[in-house]
Amino acid sequence: MEERITLRVDGVEHSFTVDSRVTLLDALRDMLGNMSPKKGCDHGQCGACTVLLDGCRATTCLALAVAHDGATILTAAGLAADGPHPMQRAFVQHDALQCGYCTPGQVCSAVGMLEEAAEGHPSYVTADLDGDVELTDAEIRERMSGNLCRCGAYVNIVAAIREVAREPAP
Amino acid sequence: MNAKSANAPLEIRAIGTPLERIEGQAKVAGAAPYAYEHALAEPLYVCPLQATIARGRVASMDVDAAKALPGVIAVITHENAPRLACPEDASKRNRELWILQSPEIGFRGQFIGAVIAETPEVASQGADLARVRYGEEPHDAELRADRPDLYAPEKVNAGFATDTEQGDPESAFRSSTVQVDHTYTTPMEHNNPMETHTTVARWDGGRFTLHDSTQGAHSLRKTLAPLFDLQPGDFHIIAPHVGGGFGSKGVAHAHDALACLAARVVPGRAVKVTLTRPQMFALAGYRTPTIQRFRLGADAQGHLSAIIHDVVEQTSRIKEFAEQTAAPTRIMYAAPNRRTTHRLAALDVPVPSWMRAPGETPGMYAGEVAMDELALTCGIDPIELRIRNEPEVDPESGKPWSGRNLVGCLREGARRFGWEHRDPNPRARRENGWWIGMGVASSTYPRHSMPGSIATIRRGSDGRYAVRIGAVDIGTGTWTALTQIAADALACPVDAVKLEIGDTNHPNATVEGGSSGISSWGPAVVAAARKLREEHGGDPAAGAEATAGMPENPDEDRFAMHSFGAQFAQVRVHADTGEIRVARMLGVFSAGRIINPRLARSQFIGGMTMGLSMALLENSVLDARFGHVVTHDFAEYHIAANADVPDIEAIWLDESDPHSNPMGSRGIGEIGIVGAAAAVANAAWHATGIRVRDLPITADKLLS
Repeated sequence: MEERITLRVDGVEHSFTVDSRVTLLDALRDMLGNMSPKKGCDHGQCGACTVLLDGCRATTCLALAVAHDGATILTAAGLAADGPHPMQRAFVQHDALQCGYCTPGQVCSAVGMLEEAAEGHPSYVTADLDGDVELTDAEIRERMSGNLCRCGAYVNIVAAIREVAREPAP
Repeated sequence: MNAKSANAPLEIRAIGTPLERIEGQAKVAGAAPYAYEHALAEPLYVCPLQATIARGRVASMDVDAAKALPGVIAVITHENAPRLACPEDASKRNRELWILQSPEIGFRGQFIGAVIAETPEVASQGADLARVRYGEEPHDAELRADRPDLYAPEKVNAGFATDTEQGDPESAFRSSTVQVDHTYTTPMEHNNPMETHTTVARWDGGRFTLHDSTQGAHSLRKTLAPLFDLQPGDFHIIAPHVGGGFGSKGVAHAHDALACLAARVVPGRAVKVTLTRPQMFALAGYRTPTIQRFRLGADAQGHLSAIIHDVVEQTSRIKEFAEQTAAPTRIMYAAPNRRTTHRLAALDVPVPSWMRAPGETPGMYAGEVAMDELALTCGIDPIELRIRNEPEVDPESGKPWSGRNLVGCLREGARRFGWEHRDPNPRARRENGWWIGMGVASSTYPRHSMPGSIATIRRGSDGRYAVRIGAVDIGTGTWTALTQIAADALACPVDAVKLEIGDTNHPNATVEGGSSGISSWGPAVVAAARKLREEHGGDPAAGAEATAGMPENPDEDRFAMHSFGAQFAQVRVHADTGEIRVARMLGVFSAGRIINPRLARSQFIGGMTMGLSMALLENSVLDARFGHVVTHDFAEYHIAANADVPDIEAIWLDESDPHSNPMGSRGIGEIGIVGAAAAVANAAWHATGIRVRDLPITADKLLS
């Protein structure tokens, strides 16, 4: 079965026909040629396919494209459209990557995570569920644990996010 | 140039500076193309069919419904697939690549066919429609140390001897005052690079073009060419960026052959083969499980008189891979009487292969836990015990070390980690319901350098130097480190170097494996730069060019060249639940000159993180009844996530190995993982008094 859908990806609108079995990830990669989100497991277990879907981080391998007609998607490529996003700059400075395959997902996840924390969403390690979230290292680690990195760059990923989290908002 | 001047030390300027990863900006934006991601016109997609039995043959396959599905271009099976040539290596020993050539099945998960279709969804649907009947035969997939059919391979991986023996280890052990005699086991473990193994192949009348996730573009085509009755030059392999490998992408696997077979069926069109994560557990290699009996005999002061390391591991029936698990035991400590052995069980299982520091990683887990046990028995500090058994020369070969500073690593690490505050008794510190413990282990990895790499350097009209070599970067930092080496060899700023790698159109490069990349490609780049400057002066005219290979290094035969390190870990174990968490780790390494400290720290910490993951989490459970890995995705095969990894720091001693190469480096890709699991295990013992000799260390084992 095929459906016509419209996606706004990194600021550009795409209307196209899609097999109803196609995931958002495969639509982005195979149909729109946006290879920024990566496929690491196709099971929602590794986070490499993370993008900002209507403003929130989401694993696109677990989303069917037809279910997101009209969605706005921001990938790591879009984050870098006007020069590197501060999170991307921090990732390079802190060498928070090695092979780079999980990295676009890590970056999108980190940007989305900072927004969640700013809105006061608690995590498993948040002591006070009603107060403001203080982004301690333990909070960052917990909130970033949906994004696996086999090269083992976690220490540097936390350092990069910590730096961006503590920068005053522009 | 003679050997001496060819290997003369470089004048160091860019080397040693913390240059940011050259391709970093592209990677953080997702703009660096991996194998699947190159823009190609109208690619086709391949979904493989896999055997669901562990041994036997395909009796019949009904693929009519699959072929009739709109969008399916072809279905290939052993009955109609293009024929592969049958060189001795492929037919008799390496049947891993000899796929779709016969109905025989050697392990569960093996390729038995493939559907080629216009979209991935249709390919997958077509594969679902295939019906297979099997002639099943009894299989055997259980590794045990008491199997009567264990055999000694001719050699073990990397060309090491299967067994070694000096003195009379058995009687020396029996007559020793203090004896440690334990069996340590490590499970099957899977590399799991984040980019799954991918080959995109196109066949254009006599020539293949492959975009491949490989650790060695040139070595891959040397393996594939004879299968297709072609010359290596008939393959153009492209791999500018590779999403990790840790050894699994170091040799060709069956998907490489499958992609080429599929491409032959649809000339002129690119076909994409990308393994799914579950398929990676059957088709991309893995670390063999090991059963290691480790014996140490010493006097009351801990001086070793006997070291005996007997290893049992598995290989597959269709291709032999023998891990050199006991190799590090041959060089670690002094003892006049010593023996190492490797025995294999050939089973109906997937083909094992390289996984980060094959040999050293499981071998040093066993050996370094055994040393901790000896320290306890003798009542000696574990660091002091290691220092007492320092060999002045390589114990087996008698060669001098090119540089061995294990003691320096242990002492510096002890000072920084606060070792002096450690109560020698276990179960001595409890805080908020958690037992706290500290452990130490040594680390080592040989310096490898592989002959055959060649580099070409050409001065461009813009004044920059194009440096070309077919090397790859699997996340190790090749793009950056080779640029720095070239800059120093050319006496120019790094901005004046334009490095070109990841393509077989560049001169030959050896595989990125055994921590040998920079130690093999770097000397070739240096040799080419020296030749260019010799022939064209310090400011060559545009168009000036020179090509040179890695020079021979006479010191390779004169010295034992190994890196060393000390791993420290602090863990906490919950007194009621047995939950174990690593609190902090420190690695101190002696690895020759560090080319780029920013990237090197990542390599060391990354290795230590994988070692932590091995210590606490990783466990591929093979169900011997069916011959398949049950834990075949990230929900069931756990690797360390961010929240598992605490404060890890890695430092190194400031040194250079003048015997290794002109840069003074020894390779750093693997040493970070070696010994890490032993340090965690030793810390777990110190926390709880419970000795875990069977990885991974899980809560149930700490509640016994």
